[in-house]
Amino acid sequence: MNKFIRVDMTTLNVTTDEVPVKYVGLGGRALTSNFVADEVKPTCHALGKNNKIIFAPGLLSGTTAPNSGRISVGAKSPLTGTIKESNSGGSFSQKMAKLGIKALVIEGMPAGDKFYIVKIDINGVTIEEAPAEILGGCGNYKAIEVLSAKYGQKVGIALAGPAGENRLPSANISFKDPDGNIRSAGRGGLGAVLGSKKVKALVIDETGAGAVPIADPEKFKAAAKVFAKALLDHPVSGQGLAAYGTDVLVNILNEAGGLPANNFTAGRIEHNDCISGETLNATITERGGDGKVSHGCHPGCVIRCSQWYPDKQGKYITSGFEYETIWGLGADAGIKDLDDIAYIDRAMDDLGIDSIETAVAIATAMEGGLLPWGDGKAVLEAVNQIYEPTPLGRILASGTSVVGKVCGLFRVPVVKDQGIPAYDPRPVKGIGLTYATTPMGADHTAGYCISGNILKVGANIDPLKKDGQIEYARAMQIGTAAVDSTGMCLFVYFGIADNPGGYQALIDMINAQYGIALTAVDVDKLGESVLKVERAFNKAAGFTNAHDRLPEFFEYEPCPPHNVVWDFTPEEIDEVYNF
Amino acid sequence: MQIKVKLFATLRENREKEMMMDLVQGATPKDIIERLNIRAEEAAIIMINGRGANSDQVLEDNDTVSIFPPVGGG
Repeated sequence: MNKFIRVDMTTLNVTTDEVPVKYVGLGGRALTSNFVADEVKPTCHALGKNNKIIFAPGLLSGTTAPNSGRISVGAKSPLTGTIKESNSGGSFSQKMAKLGIKALVIEGMPAGDKFYIVKIDINGVTIEEAPAEILGGCGNYKAIEVLSAKYGQKVGIALAGPAGENRLPSANISFKDPDGNIRSAGRGGLGAVLGSKKVKALVIDETGAGAVPIADPEKFKAAAKVFAKALLDHPVSGQGLAAYGTDVLVNILNEAGGLPANNFTAGRIEHNDCISGETLNATITERGGDGKVSHGCHPGCVIRCSQWYPDKQGKYITSGFEYETIWGLGADAGIKDLDDIAYIDRAMDDLGIDSIETAVAIATAMEGGLLPWGDGKAVLEAVNQIYEPTPLGRILASGTSVVGKVCGLFRVPVVKDQGIPAYDPRPVKGIGLTYATTPMGADHTAGYCISGNILKVGANIDPLKKDGQIEYARAMQIGTAAVDSTGMCLFVYFGIADNPGGYQALIDMINAQYGIALTAVDVDKLGESVLKVERAFNKAAGFTNAHDRLPEFFEYEPCPPHNVVWDFTPEEIDEVYNF
Repeated sequence: MQIKVKLFATLRENREKEMMMDLVQGATPKDIIERLNIRAEEAAIIMINGRGANSDQVLEDNDTVSIFPPVGGG
């Protein structure tokens, strides 16, 4: 990957340069975060001309390494005001890598109101006016159809949906998956940044591109085989995720008393089996038709945690129907009907809006009296107002923090203005440290302490106790920052956490591809360096340790059934980043 | 003593998902796992009253035991 492309939307000029020396050894999150730290003014307005947005495949993307198709997108976040890296599946990353593109940056903004398509192929990059039919409230499913008809059925697409066009803070970037459905770089409002630059979509066609060069093909092949075996041999990455999807977590978090319910006022629900992974699996199996229990979001995925969820007639409703979305709508907002949740999930994908942030915002809006508790039909009607968008649509698409302010609430589950996802930090203390301290704002994927706190993968730490959590949250965040730089799906962690050979195979693949000799220590150092760069950006943007705190209500409202509060002191929390 | 037993994911295949079990004093989750013909490695996560537990922890009357195979997500 030797091309570094800059698209200047002020002048509509494109330049393709050699990769700057500093970025040659980086990929994915390491590249996006270093670039944003180097070139984006930390105090800029995220929707103004000085923000830049960067797309980067991971180090292993485009190769035959299993599960290496993640794309990282970075910018300053309009939701949090922090640096942001959000990654997604789909085929965009692999196509970029095959075309030899290390990164594509979009900067500046045009003067007029026109929206544009950035088209990338073997001949370079062109900027064209976006077709009128995909603008002004056209959903992502239709936009993908129109763009695929125009540019070719096999092209990759990244797009700003109606929420992104309107620069709403929860707007995501939606990526076409191999079947023409939708994956998302969900968190942090990066779709609004794309919309602010008047880029409706990026379309990529790798026709004519060769294979990604590998320095030592034999060594690579051998390591990829060991790595694939590690993933397939582990019961979670090899079988469990394919059978039940991520939604299998509903029941285990519910049993552990860590499933946030009714806007974080309890940790357990009674209707868990209305929305559980077991029910999801049974419903898809029973309905048949378009339904698929397991599905991969990008070519080369062997974990296959996604699925196609059909309606009662067997017609496709949604895919990538994730635990966090189902939790947010089903437990936190109390919607008991999985079909209602599926239609809302589809609408959120179609709008291009983060389904975690929006689900948390909906539950907060229910507490604030904007929506009736548990009413899936009313929620769908309200979410559909984001297409226009009406004032209510704008409020819901502005995230949990804004909804809490609009409703005059103190119980507003956010860190750095990003909604807290599906694991209550009071009875699952490790994840609370990640929420508090990650440079991303509340984000479970930044250091998934659920693994060692609840799932007994990689560690076995009592979730209700503080012992060992600080070191664990630190290690998980460092490791995640490294994995996010490889292009690997984070779920490979389940296959390699307790399998040193699998972890070594991951490093061996990178070494074989680039002809280098990284060690596990180097990989840790890479993770540490990414976090330090991100944190330095946030500091320059005005963030201090005082922002690394959970909302105060967690300190004085005990969470049933365990009736525990958040009890880490500020000094203890600050220890997480003492490295 | 009366123990509520809850099973999840693949452990529900050909078994009730929830049941009451009459066990002798001193019984442990291991006794439940054996009685239900669950292989030891399938019982990856055990909770007693919502708290992580080992298979040899002694149960008390009215406890709830939840048993999971290896699961993950995120």
